[in-house]
Amino acid sequence: MSATLPASVDDVHAGLRAAGYLPGESTALVSYLAARLGKPVLVEGPAGVGKTELAKALSRYLDRRLVRLQCYEGLDEAKALYEWNYRKQLLRIQAEAEGTGWDAVQDDIFGEEFLLSRPLMQAIAADEPVVLLIDEIDKTDQEFEAMLLELLSDFQITIPELGRIEARTHPVVLLTSNNTRELTEALKRRCLYLWLDYPDTEHELEIVRLHAPELGDTVARKLVDVVHQVRELDLKKPPSIAESIDWARALLLLGADDISQDVFRETMSIIVKHRTDLDTVAERVGVRLAA
Amino acid sequence: MTFDAQVVQLGEALRAEGVAIGTSELNDAFAALSEVPWAVPDDFREALAATLAKSPEDRRVFDLVFDRFFFRATEAEAIRQGVREGGLQAGEEDGITGGERIELDNLREQLLQAIRDGDDAAMRDLARLAIAAFGRRGEGSGVLGVDVQRIRRALGLRSEPGGPVQDVEAPDPPLTRDQIRRFEAHLRRELERAQIERTQALPPSRPLTELDRALPTGPLQDLAAVHRVVAQLKRRLATQGHETRGRKRHAHVDVRRTMRASLQTGGVPVVLKFRPRRPRRPELYVLCDVSTSVTSASVFFLSVLHALHDAFRKMRSFVFVERISEVTDVFERERSFRAASEAISKDAGVADVSGYTDYGRVWSEFLTQVEDDLHPRATVIVLGDARTNGRDPRADVFARVAERAGRTFWLNPEPRLYWNYGDSVIASYERFCEAYECWTTRQLEDFVKALTRPTWD
Repeated sequence: MSATLPASVDDVHAGLRAAGYLPGESTALVSYLAARLGKPVLVEGPAGVGKTELAKALSRYLDRRLVRLQCYEGLDEAKALYEWNYRKQLLRIQAEAEGTGWDAVQDDIFGEEFLLSRPLMQAIAADEPVVLLIDEIDKTDQEFEAMLLELLSDFQITIPELGRIEARTHPVVLLTSNNTRELTEALKRRCLYLWLDYPDTEHELEIVRLHAPELGDTVARKLVDVVHQVRELDLKKPPSIAESIDWARALLLLGADDISQDVFRETMSIIVKHRTDLDTVAERVGVRLAA
Repeated sequence: MTFDAQVVQLGEALRAEGVAIGTSELNDAFAALSEVPWAVPDDFREALAATLAKSPEDRRVFDLVFDRFFFRATEAEAIRQGVREGGLQAGEEDGITGGERIELDNLREQLLQAIRDGDDAAMRDLARLAIAAFGRRGEGSGVLGVDVQRIRRALGLRSEPGGPVQDVEAPDPPLTRDQIRRFEAHLRRELERAQIERTQALPPSRPLTELDRALPTGPLQDLAAVHRVVAQLKRRLATQGHETRGRKRHAHVDVRRTMRASLQTGGVPVVLKFRPRRPRRPELYVLCDVSTSVTSASVFFLSVLHALHDAFRKMRSFVFVERISEVTDVFERERSFRAASEAISKDAGVADVSGYTDYGRVWSEFLTQVEDDLHPRATVIVLGDARTNGRDPRADVFARVAERAGRTFWLNPEPRLYWNYGDSVIASYERFCEAYECWTTRQLEDFVKALTRPTWD
């Protein structure tokens, strides 16, 4: 297991690059710390800046399986941690031969055989170390956060009927949040914190080139410039990196060799997703392109 | 002083600025530091930031405190050890030399380039040169802020809205305010460093001002903050009651849970488990004051109203000044906030003659319009300052509204200090409803918590 631990920040930087993810300065450093210290990382930032992608890239780079838990409202421990396979338990009881003692049955049906493991349990119990991604933690209730605390600080889960299950290997844990809700202090205390923001022009240009290598140099640069201009406006949903990449691919597909006003008007729905935003952008950026 | 102690002191300094740092955070910080090379400034800073600052706001405070703290620590050490700038000679007071010969145009050229590239090292050097060129000894005002601005003006640096920094024919894009601010920070720091060296003493440390601390946001982003809070409100309302009401008196058997429970009785379903009932969607009645006395607040309130409309289907909105007018359909029709507020100011027809709020009349009109629809599950929210302009508050009519509705809330855009002064009659309404002061998004959040607190059943 320790063989897969990165040796230095630069290693992580290069490794993530090789895995198709261009990390910023702090991203590489925090990932490195996460792997070395075995602490979970809380990744926050606007939608579409590559929070989930970071987890995927880490799993590729560290060559570990990615276990993903998508959070949503009403997610409970039966879906996140474990559940007793009651059907099987029932069958077991009914198939029981006459005269088997109560103790024997009871011991039996609360064994690991009858346990359905859910993502968190899988991550803990895996033989190989994994990357555990708890996506959009801010969508769950505070109660669920509290349930995570044991897992995040001690990497163990307590099942009343079975006892404590401790991690065999140390997973790298990433929690992502869109910052729609303030997370509890207790959770934050257990995590390293990484704030991902929109990248600067050069960095984004590099990212776009990585994902759409065939796109011409001037178009790519102009694209990134325009996206940055659009982000400056007051929009309901500013375009993210994901949208810049989509746009780059769309331009490739259309074979556009320049972003003229017409091209922009036809394709801007890729980067702007609200009707009111469309008007604002057309007014402010579209005109500037013409000049 | 040992290095550990320095880091602990940094933690203290952050605590003094209101960043919540526990012992466990400091332990983490040391654990992290043992993994990164200390000599690399960026790694060192990021490692500390990742363990100590856990929200964007905290991160901003961290950056400011970090810079300040280590700057002071270095300077204090320099004074202690008697380190001085190399070229300092007797008579040269500000400790910066070598700038006299450089040409102004050349300097500006290089500076623009450095600022545009975001090259901190170059900016620092050029800041020193600029101080040497413009901040002539004796001419310094002694107030850093003034000196910084003087030098910036002398260099002809201006940010976007005032036009490009350079000549009009320059092809380069103008500098943004942030870029210039970054250079100013360098200037300030170098000036301060020179001052410390001159006086051989550290100026007293001062806490961050609110202005420093605030994230750089425009007023329009406040609107986004309101939307965020309301999104939270929507989610809380949607889930409320799941646990308090729910699993009783139901026709739908939850097979899975019943089977699960039956294990206790050997597979015989003795106890039936029922599927929880989805809570009813809350019905909201919102009344919003749009008179002149609450002009600044009504933009805030209207945006709350607008955001609420995105969230609730069963919601009726009213605006009032002297009379009341239902604007539910305006908000349903207009997706954009701007269009909606325009439509309201044009068509609502709420001001009759004087333009002064008449709460008494508003209540009776509201009651006639909706009396039959009000029921114990309805929630009435009033957004207003309760300033009656000397007219009869008619608290008795308001009491009837509150009585018929399940819950009644009042959001007052004035600080609590001003309540019941002058013509504010909030006290007479407060007896029938829960009143909250609400002039920041934080207070709006507090209200959201109160609103979604389960109270019935």
